Amino acid sequence: MDVNQMERRLVDYTASLFREGLLDDQFTQLQQLQDESNPDFVVEVVSVFFEDSERLLNDLGRTLDQQIVDFKKVHDHVHQLKGSSSSIGAQRVKNGCIAFRNFCEEHNIEGCLKCLQQVKQEYFLVKNKLESLFRLEQQILAAGGSIPMME
Amino acid sequence: MDYCNCIEPQWPADELLMKFQFISDFFIALAYFSIPLELIYFVKKSALFPYRWVLVQFGAFIVLCGATHLINLWTFSTHSRTVEVVITTAKVLTAAVSCATALMLVHIIPDLLSVKTRELFLKNKAAQLDHEMGLIRTQEETGRHVRMLTHEIRSTLDRHTILKTTLIELGRTLALEECALWMPTRTGLELQLSYTLHHQNPVGFTVPIHLPVINQVFSSDRAVKISPNSPVAKLRPTGGKYIPGEVVAVRVPLLHLSNFQIYDWPEHSTKCYALMILMLPSDSARHWHVHELELVQVVADQVAVALSHAAILEESMKAREMLMEQNVALDLARREAETAIRARNDFLAVMNHEMRNPMHAIIALSSLLQETELTPEQRLMVETVLKSSNLLATLINDVLDLSRLEDGSLELDLVTFNLHAVFKEVVQLIKPIASVKKLLVTLTLASDLPEHAIGDEKRLMQTILSIVGNAVKFSKEGSISIAACIAKSEPLQDAQAPYFFPVPSDTHFYLRVQVKDSGLGLNPQDIPKLFNKFVQNQSVENRNCGGTGLGLAICKRFVNLMEGQIWIESEGLGKGCTASFVVKLGIAGHSNEPDLCVEPLNRVQTNFPGLKVLLMDDNGVSRMVTKGLLMHLGCDVTVTSSTDECFQVVSPEYKVVFIEIGTSGTGVYEVARAIREKIPTRHWRPLIVALTGNINRATKDNCFRVGMKGVLLKPISLGKMRSVLSELLERGTLHES
Repeated sequence: MDVNQMERRLVDYTASLFREGLLDDQFTQLQQLQDESNPDFVVEVVSVFFEDSERLLNDLGRTLDQQIVDFKKVHDHVHQLKGSSSSIGAQRVKNGCIAFRNFCEEHNIEGCLKCLQQVKQEYFLVKNKLESLFRLEQQILAAGGSIPMME
Repeated sequence: MDYCNCIEPQWPADELLMKFQFISDFFIALAYFSIPLELIYFVKKSALFPYRWVLVQFGAFIVLCGATHLINLWTFSTHSRTVEVVITTAKVLTAAVSCATALMLVHIIPDLLSVKTRELFLKNKAAQLDHEMGLIRTQEETGRHVRMLTHEIRSTLDRHTILKTTLIELGRTLALEECALWMPTRTGLELQLSYTLHHQNPVGFTVPIHLPVINQVFSSDRAVKISPNSPVAKLRPTGGKYIPGEVVAVRVPLLHLSNFQIYDWPEHSTKCYALMILMLPSDSARHWHVHELELVQVVADQVAVALSHAAILEESMKAREMLMEQNVALDLARREAETAIRARNDFLAVMNHEMRNPMHAIIALSSLLQETELTPEQRLMVETVLKSSNLLATLINDVLDLSRLEDGSLELDLVTFNLHAVFKEVVQLIKPIASVKKLLVTLTLASDLPEHAIGDEKRLMQTILSIVGNAVKFSKEGSISIAACIAKSEPLQDAQAPYFFPVPSDTHFYLRVQVKDSGLGLNPQDIPKLFNKFVQNQSVENRNCGGTGLGLAICKRFVNLMEGQIWIESEGLGKGCTASFVVKLGIAGHSNEPDLCVEPLNRVQTNFPGLKVLLMDDNGVSRMVTKGLLMHLGCDVTVTSSTDECFQVVSPEYKVVFIEIGTSGTGVYEVARAIREKIPTRHWRPLIVALTGNINRATKDNCFRVGMKGVLLKPISLGKMRSVLSELLERGTLHES
């Protein structure tokens, strides 16, 4: 596959991610912050996001497993996750967190658990997609092309 | 014997005769002597007697005559020569004097006679003057009567009193038997007996107005003697033995308010007269004297004036009453209207709140539902629910907006905004739908179109979007072109606003936008109705298109609010149509900007090289993103992940501190306060700005209370951060909207 094809595929792929609501405008903002002085900005941020999110998801699972659930802690974790996901533009994760938070305020364990599942799903989905995206970008760069800017 | 020269008497002296002669002479002499004495006596008594000299002469003449006759007494007997001499002398003197007197009398007697004629003349004159004075006295009496009458008449403004008083006073002054007033009826064809002096109840006789005698009276402004047998004068039951007194009739002009609007007094323009009849007592030998007629005329004029005053007063009182009634009615109507508006507003407010809440819930939950796992049918159902509720929400908003627009309670939010950006955003929004329909959208912005302007950005965008949306909606193929430029000050070609001249000024300019589409076009007859509420173009193809029909109506209201005009032209069905509008926008960068808007910065810095910024955020990802953002803008960023760390690191070398509020709770406010204490000098203290995921009143208040300069809502875009930093550096605070 030649570079142009790859670039076109990248564009289509990215567009599909936006279309499906996995990513939102914030991700575009991140991409705009990437420049010569900061060539791997997006990858770095996303990596940190992955680390943070997995940690948070694990913590959430543990906290909700307790006999007596500490909803304050749950709330804090969810808040963090929401913050992170909105910072990089993982829209569906963020929306899931919003719903999660509502259940948390109601002290609804069932709802929380369900939401946790949901959020986990979304998270892994977006993680997958982003990883594929970055792989594609690497391929293009390796082939000598340049990453087209989305408007 | 002595010789005597006297002639011896011829006959013997008759003793008797001699005696008689002697006595007569004596008496004559006596008389002659006494006459001058009397004369002198009486002349002395009277003061003026012009002819003393004559009197002296006359006296001398008489004295001498008397002397002569006296001396004659001695001639009867023998007398001496001396006596002869004396008598001769006396006679000579007498002769001389008498001749002189005779001559003198010739001159004097005519004078004396003329005195007599003059006296007669004077007596005549005196008689004449007496006569005239008698006349003048009567006239003065008359005048006094008139004055008194006028005074009586004018002392009241009540029409009945005026007329009654007139009749009574006239009756008294002129000692009339009967006095009556005939007024014209409403139709103007008859005269009705309205007032009489002695009849208590006028029966309401009427006579037609076109009788010759009446015409005669009306055509002259004098009092006219009329026959007692004319119908207007038949006021008393006439018995056979009465010789009716003379009757005089005079016209009384009835002046109306409208007569006073010409500059000189109306002479012949009043056509409306009343008739006053005056009857002298019957069986008296009285006649109408001239001065009495004059009196009557004067009184008639005065009455006319008094009546007109009374009429004016009546009219003005009536008008005033009517006005008061109208005022009351208007007041009531106004209060009712206010109540209605209040009720409507209350209703709207309640509906607004009540309707929007469930709508919001429906839309929010439906969209959330959309995100979950759904079977295709379920998804379809949810999508339909979402679409319908969006439509409903739009409808509610439109109606609420429109009602607010209708009663003028909608006010434009004037802000400075980027004009070019508005158009670009509209294009962006419309592109997806347009590309689906394979329509080409082109945007042309004139080169002299300013980049920034002052106006209601949201509503301008709504208007443009509405029009462009319509263009897209009603076009199946072809292209849509949007052109924006500055309107020149020439009349627009809209027939509905032929007098609309967009005149630019120093502070405002007129934006002209034209949207051309190659779609279905419009029937020229339908065009005027387009901007009416709830009207849609009812051709068959359009029935599928949604919409409330309110869009254009709202656009028109917005455009009007912005002091502009909007119109649509179309050459016919299938030939596409052109929608254009002109609105007034303020020129950005001027001193007359409203206080509400954010003053545009003199320059928005694109880069902030070397700006030292301290960032506090406990969320790793968010921290990285914000750091990257700031670094992209050239800042020198130091990151901290806790409030303690932030407090330790902070120092005057940092210009701005961004603190993420998050869940740290009050810790953030503490550190802000601590920073203020740490660096007390305001000049060196960094500007503290809060970052937060959700913004509310309480958060804002807390932040500002601890001295923060602004609150930002995450996520922040690059452009927003740029403007935030520019504003912070230029103004030292963030203007919060």
